[in-house]
Amino acid sequence: MTTHSAPSTTALYDIPGPLTRKRHLVYGVVSTILILALVGWVIYLLFDTDQFTSAKWSPFAYKGIQELLLRGLGNTLKAFAYAAVLSLVLGAVLAVGRLSDHRPVRWVATVLVEFFRAMPVLVMIFFIFVALKVQPLPALVAGLTLYNGSVLAEVFRTGINSVERGQHEAAFALGMRKTQVMTFVLAPQAVRAMLPTIISQLVVALKDTSLGYLITYEEFLHAGKLIASNLDYDLPFIPVVMVISPIYIGMCMLLSWFATWVAKRERRNPKTEAVDVAPAEPGTLLPGAQ
Amino acid sequence: MDVLTENFSLYGKGFLGTLELTVYASILAMVLGFVMASCRVAPVGSFRVLGTVWVTVLRNTPLTLLFFAVLLGLPRFGLVLPFKVFAVLALGCYTSAFICEVLRSGINTVPKGQGEAARSLGMTFGQTLGNVVLPQAFRSVIPPIGSTLIALAKNSAIAGAFSVTELLGTYKTLNELGYSIIWTFVWIAVGYLIITLSISALFNVMEKRWGVAR
Repeated sequence: MTTHSAPSTTALYDIPGPLTRKRHLVYGVVSTILILALVGWVIYLLFDTDQFTSAKWSPFAYKGIQELLLRGLGNTLKAFAYAAVLSLVLGAVLAVGRLSDHRPVRWVATVLVEFFRAMPVLVMIFFIFVALKVQPLPALVAGLTLYNGSVLAEVFRTGINSVERGQHEAAFALGMRKTQVMTFVLAPQAVRAMLPTIISQLVVALKDTSLGYLITYEEFLHAGKLIASNLDYDLPFIPVVMVISPIYIGMCMLLSWFATWVAKRERRNPKTEAVDVAPAEPGTLLPGAQ
Repeated sequence: MDVLTENFSLYGKGFLGTLELTVYASILAMVLGFVMASCRVAPVGSFRVLGTVWVTVLRNTPLTLLFFAVLLGLPRFGLVLPFKVFAVLALGCYTSAFICEVLRSGINTVPKGQGEAARSLGMTFGQTLGNVVLPQAFRSVIPPIGSTLIALAKNSAIAGAFSVTELLGTYKTLNELGYSIIWTFVWIAVGYLIITLSISALFNVMEKRWGVAR
């Protein structure tokens, strides 16, 4: 309602005068009331369908159940940690492959990257789990690594390419080899510029660990399902969702905020050029998206 | 190879299921995405808050959790709809958050003068946004919208795992029939590739025809 907090696209409307401000106030109040009414209706429905009965919430008071949830959360974080580290490594390897001077190497890396980005992660996880008969955790980690690794490879590659040309020309002029140019000149600059995008991709990996639920990996959501489908507690599906979602969303938000915080810091840093690289999240074969 | 020829109808059903899910969810995502993007740039504060909350929450929700909540949670809530409708709802809402952000970045690429010119002609906020800014914004973000919809097509596999008739879901049936698992998956992969490549081709054509060079 105040113009000060308006977004950057203020070109869309004039600074409101007294009359418009009054009108906006009316819109604001009416829409807020509508939204609150909707929320109220949902809460009414929750009460109406007995979602707040003590039987449905009692499981969370038991130590065993709390431990089950914590173990699930630990397993989620474990899968995330493995997947994050391995996809960073795979991403680096594939990026080096795509930037190689040898055509066959470049070709193989390109095919791998394009293939793994075009496949649904879940299909890869299922393939590893069902066809290769791998245990749930390694299957989940392998699937996440292949997908996020190839997305990260593209991020690294665009990062390296976005470093000013003069940098690598100067390095070559000093007599450095290609490997030296890469490791001492280009990569450090690229990583700094890419850090926000890399962290955003890790958010994707964190979110996707929940796919482990579908291949019976005992992660957080799996623990929730166990509690939710328990007849003794009157099938507390909604309470479980209400407990689990904020934790999941909170974890991802924290990581997302970290990414934006890093991005803001980078933008203030005179040493790095503010390169805006398109978020690499959805795998794509579109040339224009890069 | 036999897996495909002998079970063509099953594969076909799964393929069409994925296609159907993708199309309906895309429509829902585009509509919701447009609405939310408009909310996020609106002059009224409460709309902006609504848009921001929508995007922040949905972007940070794992899709599996959303499917879990919608497919298994909502029925306990007294809301019983066909599985497919639930799947479209979950996929569409999830993707709308990404479409909204893409559109918003598109709105930012439209030169300020366009909005100013529209306003000086006496256009209201709705007219400025709907007739001048959004059409241009959409044209400049065709490629990222394409990749978001490709992501949607790939994400629809999760619906298959939650037992909606869908491409990935066919593997369960074929597995029970005792076919070679590797080939089963090869054909599933080909099915997804056909869909994602088609979307990609479609958006390339759209970009050539409507894309703006700025």
